[in-house]
Amino acid sequence: MSVPAFNRFGVWAIYRFEMARALRTLWQSVVTPVITTSLYFVVFGGAIGSRMHDVGGVPYGAFIVPGLIMLSLFTQSLFNASFGIFFPKFTGTIYEVLSAPVSPFEIVMGYVGAAATKSVILGLIILATAALFVPMTILHPLWMAAFLVLIALAFSLFGFIIGIWGKNFEQIQFIPMLIVTPLTFLGGAFYSTDMLPQPWRTVTLFNPVVYLVSGFRWSFYGKGDVAVGVSLAATVGFLALCLVAIAWIFRTGYRLKT
Amino acid sequence: MEPVIAIRGLSKRYAGGHQALSDVDLDIARGEIFALLGPNGAGKTTLISIVCGIVTPTTGTVSADGFDIGRQYRQARSRIGLVPQELHTDSFETVWATVTFSRGLFGCPPDPAHVEKVLKDLSLWEKRKARIMELSGGMKRRVMIAKALSHEPEILFLDEPTAGVDVELRRDMWALVRRLRDSGVTIILTTHYIEEAEEMADRVGVISKGRLIVVDEKTALMKKLGRKTLTLNLAEPMRALPAALSDWALTLKADGNELEYEFDANAERTGVPSLLRRMSDEGIAFKDLHTRQSSLEDIFVSLVHSGEGA
Repeated sequence: MSVPAFNRFGVWAIYRFEMARALRTLWQSVVTPVITTSLYFVVFGGAIGSRMHDVGGVPYGAFIVPGLIMLSLFTQSLFNASFGIFFPKFTGTIYEVLSAPVSPFEIVMGYVGAAATKSVILGLIILATAALFVPMTILHPLWMAAFLVLIALAFSLFGFIIGIWGKNFEQIQFIPMLIVTPLTFLGGAFYSTDMLPQPWRTVTLFNPVVYLVSGFRWSFYGKGDVAVGVSLAATVGFLALCLVAIAWIFRTGYRLKT
Repeated sequence: MEPVIAIRGLSKRYAGGHQALSDVDLDIARGEIFALLGPNGAGKTTLISIVCGIVTPTTGTVSADGFDIGRQYRQARSRIGLVPQELHTDSFETVWATVTFSRGLFGCPPDPAHVEKVLKDLSLWEKRKARIMELSGGMKRRVMIAKALSHEPEILFLDEPTAGVDVELRRDMWALVRRLRDSGVTIILTTHYIEEAEEMADRVGVISKGRLIVVDEKTALMKKLGRKTLTLNLAEPMRALPAALSDWALTLKADGNELEYEFDANAERTGVPSLLRRMSDEGIAFKDLHTRQSSLEDIFVSLVHSGEGA
């Protein structure tokens, strides 16, 4: 019996299983975030945005689009990936993945690939929804796609780590709800850091989300709170950090194997 | 012939300090049905979990079909199927989807004809579109077996395969296990039902407190360690054993109406003829007599208890 060096059928099985799970829960996966985002546009774009000045020459309603997409991308990537790996741990079906001839890299490809795919699709749906509310342009569509994919991958990897770390549903929800969402709100999703007085403008630069939102916004309007190179480095750095953590998890079997 | 599973010096100490396995050596021959017996917490599931890659061993080596389970895990695991003790299933998945998923996970290309055969063999074909949550416990157990067989393994681990299933399903599973063995699959099963091991196994291993205390052919084990019991139904009840019979290890039972004598059936001198002669000499009459061969269960209990005493 010959065994290939790369278990593509195994990766595809995990990926397809995870995507099928999203289709079963289409309402929670897609419709809920779209409605939530639409409400943001009604409140921030319509009701409040109409009374706001342009931000760096960009109408406020259009200005918040990248931030809103990032907010959904962060939380959905985290939830999709963390539940993807936590659920088999919770139900016990993880035994099958652990006993299969799949490498840690292939397991991550399957779970994180599916979570990132779902998040990117969701990001594009929110973008399309936003286009119904505000006129906008995307100056650097390729960079926009690159940031979208890289950030979705990085946060899906982070979510995968949370899913392995979490012992219960409360812990799984703890980081997205109590850490990532506040950091996103304080990370320039709805404002430019230039609008903050000192010392808060300096303090906010310690928030890693600032760099991600800024890079993504730059791809839309050619302007960001920090240089786009710094944003890209922060994104890739975060992704690499998550990969290192996952490599350690599989090497030690942390909360996967006894 | 090279064993299909070779375990050498295998030990497992969990983080909490519990020593689940101690220096286990075991060879499983290709094509045999091997039953691993042991009380709860003896280390059966830990042993299986290590071979299948779910638990990391503390020391020792394991190879499957000549492939080391650590360094050559792809080759080793692709040959192994596992049916765990617990019914771990994806409740929302259909039977067809979950079995197809398992086949893909183990690196096999899609083969609807094989999946169909497995489902039909396990009487699951009619339920292929049903969600697992809609199935009975027995059906879920069959689904677990179908998943394990989806990638056509050469070695199949069955951890308590008939726990909690009804008699009819148990018989069906025994028949399935025999068919698999006949097709060349090596079967390793753990069980609490000694009857199951007695019925199916070629060889038996008894594990107690993490140590493999005996491994032998089932028939040889029963012959070697099996004892017979002679029961004599007395014509008159006896209040106490007479001194004239003190040379035999007798037990008075049933309010003095029965004499029981346990002996080694393989011994050159069983002591039975001399006992009967002495009873005749002493005028102790009996109405009836019968003998009983000790079962695998008796042997198992005796082994485990002697292990506890050690």
